[in-house]
Amino acid sequence: MTKVTIEVNGKKVSKDVPDHTILSVFLRDNLNLTGTHVGCDTSQCGACVVHVNGKSIKSCSTLAADVDGSTVTTIEGLVKDGKMHPMQEAFKKMHGLQCGFCTPGMVMSAIDLLQNKKKPSDSEIREWLEGNICRCTGYQNIVAAVKEAASKM
Amino acid sequence: MKTFNYHTPKDVKEASKLASSSSAFLAGGMTSVPSMKLGLATYKDIIDIKHIKKLSGIKVSGKSVTIGATTKHVDVATSKEVKKAIPSLAKLAGGIGDAQVRNRGTVGGSIANNDPSACYPSACMALNAIIHTNNRKIEASKFFKGMFETALKKGELIEAVEFQIPEKSNYQKHPNPASRYAIVGVYLAKHKKEVNVAVTGAKSSVYIDKDLSKKLSSSFSSSAIDGIELDSSEMNSDIHASGEFRASLVLTYAKKAVEAC
Repeated sequence: MTKVTIEVNGKKVSKDVPDHTILSVFLRDNLNLTGTHVGCDTSQCGACVVHVNGKSIKSCSTLAADVDGSTVTTIEGLVKDGKMHPMQEAFKKMHGLQCGFCTPGMVMSAIDLLQNKKKPSDSEIREWLEGNICRCTGYQNIVAAVKEAASKM
Repeated sequence: MKTFNYHTPKDVKEASKLASSSSAFLAGGMTSVPSMKLGLATYKDIIDIKHIKKLSGIKVSGKSVTIGATTKHVDVATSKEVKKAIPSLAKLAGGIGDAQVRNRGTVGGSIANNDPSACYPSACMALNAIIHTNNRKIEASKFFKGMFETALKKGELIEAVEFQIPEKSNYQKHPNPASRYAIVGVYLAKHKKEVNVAVTGAKSSVYIDKDLSKKLSSSFSSSAIDGIELDSSEMNSDIHASGEFRASLVLTYAKKAVEAC
């Protein structure tokens, strides 16, 4: 067993878990933060993307023990004072989701993109979202949503 | 995933002491964690080396670029010093996987794993890299032994990779659209005395195409390798590309790389 102490969405949590616990499992099963989705479980689909110390990573391929002492933000941590994050608003406005399964990962990746590049071009958005797969193939509106958010953020 | 004991040694000596025949060093974990989850690899001990400070960082001297083993792909891709000294190396790092993989994956992990389709081994071969371990220095040409095999011994840990700065270089890759691994990747480097054409993705392990390297060493132009027929008999053949197609890609990308220099 290993003690994992992290700050998740502004709250400090500490749990004893088996050493091989994966971060996505830790978030979903131990903290009940089921907004982080697990799709392919082999780090290709990106549904599990969360931020660790501000950078987007795939939580299905990261050990919980490995991020001990870090700050983690999940999709649940984006809402401020009951208001959606501008990226979430933009996905809603531009119909950037259909079934919604990939959306938490898409949103978390896209926010990291805007941290790196404030006004990305269409091709930069598509390149950045390479690691996020939408099986509804709603990419046009996802790119439109990211552009909309970039104009608001 | 099978259970294991997770260790976080503070220095290389401690990490090496923890190593056994049933342990693995963990850096970014972008291959090792999914492999363990799929049951392709099982270990009793996982030795996380990310907390060893001396293993991370980039140093550029007049002749070489030395990258610490746990330096992440994103840090190589965005390094002003690497972009200036060996732009193709920064480009290679920026094309690995996706943004999230580049935020975690490391150069040491990539070459220690020696995936036949990984990008970094080709840079090591073309740029006459020297792999610094906790015990010795190994030339790239003697490091990559075969599919997922390297010259590393039990408990031996890569500390840094030293790349020779070439006069000109370029990396061209035909990526698998899902994983971004190279279906074929060609790293071309023109040094003072020779040209190296290193190929990844095409065979069971990275290699230098001697024929292309020789022809380009005597005449550095894409026309020098026009019409060459590469032997496809030892090339990988799978649902993504046949051996013949890979052979064709090697030549096409070698030419593209020359033209981009």
